[in-house]
Amino acid sequence: MNQIQIKNLSKNYLDVKALKKININIAEGSLFGILGPNGAGKTTLLRTLATLISPDEGTIKINNIDVIKEPRKIRELIGYVAQEIALDKILTGRELLDFQADLYHIDQSNKLERIELLINQLDMQNWIDRKCGTYSGGMKRRIDLAAGLLHLPKVLILDEPTVGLDIESRNIIWGLLHDLKKDGMTIILSSHYLDEIDKLADTVVIINDGKIIDQGNPTQLKSKFGGDRIILKVREFSDSLESEKVKKILEKIDGISQIVINASQGYSLNFIADRDKDLITKLKVELAFSKFKIFSLSQSQPSLDDVYLQATGKTLQDAEIYMTGKRDLKKESKQSMR
Amino acid sequence: MEITKNNFIFLYQETAALTKRLFIQLKRRPSTFFAGILQPIIWLFLFGALFANAPKDFLPGVDSYGNFLGAGLIVFTAFSGALNSGLPLMFDREFGFLNRLLVAPLASRLSIVLSSFFYITILSFVQSLAIMFISFLLGYGFPNFYGLGIVFATLILLVLFVTSISLCLAFVLPGHIELIALIFVVNLPLLFASTALAPISFMPSWLGWIASFNPLTFAIEPIRIAYSANFNLDLIAFNAPYGDLTCRNCISLLFLLTILSLVIIRPLLNKKLT
Repeated sequence: MNQIQIKNLSKNYLDVKALKKININIAEGSLFGILGPNGAGKTTLLRTLATLISPDEGTIKINNIDVIKEPRKIRELIGYVAQEIALDKILTGRELLDFQADLYHIDQSNKLERIELLINQLDMQNWIDRKCGTYSGGMKRRIDLAAGLLHLPKVLILDEPTVGLDIESRNIIWGLLHDLKKDGMTIILSSHYLDEIDKLADTVVIINDGKIIDQGNPTQLKSKFGGDRIILKVREFSDSLESEKVKKILEKIDGISQIVINASQGYSLNFIADRDKDLITKLKVELAFSKFKIFSLSQSQPSLDDVYLQATGKTLQDAEIYMTGKRDLKKESKQSMR
Repeated sequence: MEITKNNFIFLYQETAALTKRLFIQLKRRPSTFFAGILQPIIWLFLFGALFANAPKDFLPGVDSYGNFLGAGLIVFTAFSGALNSGLPLMFDREFGFLNRLLVAPLASRLSIVLSSFFYITILSFVQSLAIMFISFLLGYGFPNFYGLGIVFATLILLVLFVTSISLCLAFVLPGHIELIALIFVVNLPLLFASTALAPISFMPSWLGWIASFNPLTFAIEPIRIAYSANFNLDLIAFNAPYGDLTCRNCISLLFLLTILSLVIIRPLLNKKLT
């Protein structure tokens, strides 16, 4: 059963189209991953779900309650952990949780019990009574997550919860998400870490430039390729002309499909090859016949990055670098201020 | 908001939590609190000494400049505190902490405003009492019970008026630098253009007119009169160029200004907080 329905959701910031007619359905009790580079629209989507911003167009329903019309009811249902960790440096972790519990109107006896439980679950006993200003990134993220979980939300919205974290904190958070999902909580998780989404998500949506480029189960998405991912280079730094020539040769070989030239990686050729043991030999022969040498050739199982590459012609990492140069973070920060 | 018993309890719970947070911050970083007491006391000493030999005829209703100055400094302390009340909110906006409040199912987001008001009012009362006590030790007198009630009632109105403007500015201005700059620009000129340091009769005509419309004057004069033993609300508080104003007139004007400011800022707060 779909617990969350997003229909034709659009949002513009002046001249920037952050979301373009997004349609998503999220099943109850599932862990739903949102994958995309920085600036793809993930945070805008999650902030809209969390009632922090209003969309320009479209509807969102959680448990059949309209997010725009009845935001207070929605706020009771959701827990939101923002990308930027906003803690009060002067308060201790315990005081912050106590404060948060009062904002969610948790009664006194349940409050103490919930706080203690979360302190144990997130392994925060040793530092919970220190001021938040002294916490490391991992500690801050854990306390922020605990604050989002205090009122036992039906839906937990996490915006890049493990970005920049140490391995210990990341594992603790992954473990907790796994347990919460087992208990039936619906979790929406945005990330630009492929392994995180691949490992945790039941369903994933890949967003680029405010649009959905693909969605489904991670295994299904990867298996759509029907073969192995091959990255071929005929020289360390090739050029457009040469790679186009190689592409034409590859197109003639049976069992090779979805050829993409990746300009940002020295004009390498990325393609899917059927799992036929003679295919690589055939490929080598054809290239040698056309007087091309192989500089490097790697073969791997397709990943979600390949899904992204196939749709956009860029890897997620390249898109990340491209978007970092394009974004005006100061302007975005001002826009996100209420 | 539908007013139910639960909503009322929730409003109390969230307002108490928000106010408690401000007091924890104050307890752990008390420097501004003590500075808020120290500064007016230094002024009391320095200005008191500077104008100790001022002719008594120029100071209506008091027998020394220290007596005259006390009311101005009490109002100035409350005014400065209230003017700065938007700063914590501005920092919450800038650091994203406000989002934590906005995604919570608050019974009413008015609790964010109420908590700031309670905090500044209590702070102003404590600071004012400290100044009044030190003034008393310096021999400048102390209001009677009725007078004390008038002092606090006047301070509540002033704090509510200025706090609402400061919170409004905290939402309108782009960042804390701009808010601090505005506070710098407004704070002292408003003090000097009031009857805090000198009576209207001492001022050039143009400044007398300005001081007569200054909300600080409407707060200072009833407090000054509240120090006299035979205080009543119908005593003439000051002689404005446009006519004499009683204490009742001053407090009523302050009340009207407060209501007006709340009415004006309400749509903005609604827009920013919904």
